[in-house]
Amino acid sequence: MHVDKQKHTFEPKIIAFVCTWCTYAGADLAGTSRMQYPSNVRVLKFPCTGRIDPVFILKAFQQGADGILVSGCHPGDCHYIAGNYHARRRFAAFRKLLEFIGVDLNRIQFSWVSAAEGGKWVEVVTDLTEKVRAMGPMVEFKDLVLEEQWSGGLNNPELQAVYEAM
Amino acid sequence: MSRIGVFICHCGENISRTVDVEQVAAQAAKMPGVAFATDYKYMCSDPGQNLVKNAIAEHRLTQVVVAACSPRMHERTFRKAVEQAGLNPFLCEMANIREHCSWVHEDREEATQKAIEIVGMLVERVKKNRVLPTITVPVTKRALVIGGGIAGIQAALDIADAGHQVVLVEREPSIGGHMAQLSETFPTLDCSQCIMTPKMVDVANHPNITLHTFSEIEQVDGYIGNFQVTVRKKARSVDEHKCTGCGVCMTKCPQKKIPNSFDCNLGMRTAIYVPFPQAVPNVPVIDRENCTMFKTGKCGVCQKVCGPGAVDFEQQDQLIVEPVGAIVVATGFELYRITEKPKGSPIKGYGEFGHGKIPDVIDGMTFERLASASGPTGGKILRPSDGKEPKQVVFIQCVGSRSREKGISYCSKVCCMYTAKHTMLYHHKVHDGQAYVFFMDARVPGKSYDEFWRRAIEDEEAVYIRGMVSRLYQKEDKIVVMGSDISVGVQVEIEADLVVLATAVQPQKGADGLAQKLGISYDKYNFYSEAHAKLRPVECATAGIYLAGACQGPKDIPDTVSQASAAAAKVMTLFAKDKLEREPIVARVKENGCVGCFACKKVCAYGAVEEKEIRDRQGNLIKTVAYVNPGVCAGCGTCQATCPSKSVELDGYTDEQIVAMIEAL
Repeated sequence: MHVDKQKHTFEPKIIAFVCTWCTYAGADLAGTSRMQYPSNVRVLKFPCTGRIDPVFILKAFQQGADGILVSGCHPGDCHYIAGNYHARRRFAAFRKLLEFIGVDLNRIQFSWVSAAEGGKWVEVVTDLTEKVRAMGPMVEFKDLVLEEQWSGGLNNPELQAVYEAM
Repeated sequence: MSRIGVFICHCGENISRTVDVEQVAAQAAKMPGVAFATDYKYMCSDPGQNLVKNAIAEHRLTQVVVAACSPRMHERTFRKAVEQAGLNPFLCEMANIREHCSWVHEDREEATQKAIEIVGMLVERVKKNRVLPTITVPVTKRALVIGGGIAGIQAALDIADAGHQVVLVEREPSIGGHMAQLSETFPTLDCSQCIMTPKMVDVANHPNITLHTFSEIEQVDGYIGNFQVTVRKKARSVDEHKCTGCGVCMTKCPQKKIPNSFDCNLGMRTAIYVPFPQAVPNVPVIDRENCTMFKTGKCGVCQKVCGPGAVDFEQQDQLIVEPVGAIVVATGFELYRITEKPKGSPIKGYGEFGHGKIPDVIDGMTFERLASASGPTGGKILRPSDGKEPKQVVFIQCVGSRSREKGISYCSKVCCMYTAKHTMLYHHKVHDGQAYVFFMDARVPGKSYDEFWRRAIEDEEAVYIRGMVSRLYQKEDKIVVMGSDISVGVQVEIEADLVVLATAVQPQKGADGLAQKLGISYDKYNFYSEAHAKLRPVECATAGIYLAGACQGPKDIPDTVSQASAAAAKVMTLFAKDKLEREPIVARVKENGCVGCFACKKVCAYGAVEEKEIRDRQGNLIKTVAYVNPGVCAGCGTCQATCPSKSVELDGYTDEQIVAMIEAL
């Protein structure tokens, strides 16, 4: 398969949180089938999507991720009976929160990729990479981190005022 | 201070073709905490593994990262090697730079950069890895088999012959199941009773088998190796130990006109009865709904005539707790009741076939009883309405099965073969009769099966018509069957004396309720789900529970027996060890932080979370916290992501490890 060698000005960082039984195995299958996809994705393996704490997503954005993928077994196929249902419910609520704080939901994708779907893995990763590339770097959280560090000391005027009032 | 060793594999050329492995090793050596980094052509080979082992000794390595193929491929290999070198196996991690890098990217520069980053993530992760001890749980070497059909009998006999105790629980008054009802079996046409009843007797006489008939599973607690199963032994009204099985009570019982469900309601039985003469145990049961004594309080004839004084009208249900280490579920099937519309099921009744309204429209099992030498007609094919011998019989296949609109989209698998068998049995008994079969297509794979089906057509003169029946109605004493023959494109009308429907095979009633007690999963039809369709076909996803027979999906006798023996072999494998070793990827509760909200308990699909009381020295309760039973925990980690106070941790996937990986980005 020929890969487009075109150089881009911006290479997004994509972090994938996947379960070991379905999506990780699906990604392995993409490898054994020698399918090609952008090298932007870094995969973090979990036993189950049920283990994925929304905090990890925030942490990844803080660490400079531009796009995030969460993927596990199809509904009904969970190796741990129902972990993916818990994940689905958790992330449905979490998306609302992210939206509320102003994160563009296009940067975060949830999908089901089974161990037999190497092609779907490639498709999902490629689509997300291209979509995030077009959106440009994620800056909101990086700014937030800087702001947090700056406001960490007591020399913050607001905190100083509170401190004095006590 | 960590002294990490990083080992980069070339995998022949699989990795080194697109990843500059030397550069990865050079970069890895510069990572903080890395004491040694090298590359080698085949890390998984014997010299490669020795390289790892020697480096651990030589460089006093504390953790190891192997950058090679997928951990799904060789994680076990390298963890074993690391263990041999004296390190805890869980201090070794694999960086997947083949499936996730070299094989999926062509640009050498990009792939090398990605490989370095992947290795970096794993180096940070492995720093936070902890020494995990192997978890062992004791095993009770006693098995429970649920269901006393051929599947349960075979599994019970195999396990008992291996020298282990078996508890066999059967809902009906006798073991035997559906196979005891059959007349002759395909493809050899040997009599079912002749091959079944000796096995039933073996069960009754086996010193290692405890038999609970007329009993049901009330409750299941515990986990692999350590189940506590409560069995409800229903009141039989006859003392099993006193009864000699003489049968006088049955001859004297005044209630003689109760339809016998064993004979598909064709024959009659008394209120005190054994379902069939070869029943095991040969101890009658009083059917309290129909017994005069229970209805009016006056009668008691059976008690008066019983020599040993076994009849006991006061008998109560008994609850027996059986400690077992493994459970084989073999609850079998029932035929789709064509007239009934099961509650909560999408299946609608098949009104158009007239089953239940026209007495001479019967299902396959009823035909088995008609053809059986021990059946209500003594093996003569006589139709239920007037007891005449039918001269034209129409068999209709796929009734219920393979029709999405009726809610059963699967193939019932056994009907093609048993219908072919029925046409033969019919032809053997009614020489001048003619059998017609309406079929969609014949599915007869299996040893000697296709030959058998062909014999039905070629030697036994059954007429096979490819097409379905559109309408069926009673016309005087005939049943007019209207259908189409699609292979020639004509309408067919047959005046039949008897119609036999090959109705769909369904799981037993209450299969879902039992699954919920056992904590095993089932599909939308209530068939139980195996752990893996190909590689773990007899195990449930719940450890220590195994499947045998048609409760998992429609199966014929040879397949059922094979699966039952396979399930028994799995149980014996489990019982071969005194203690069970399991991967220590389990959740642990940090009791200091736990406030006892039990959110974890609600999300745990395995029931692994228990409540634990913490008391001071005086025995006063301080608080109740969660406790994860390591024997039950499957290690999914859903509890950890759910815990609001972050007081439960999944070993091997702690927040520390994950965050370390994210921070390495």
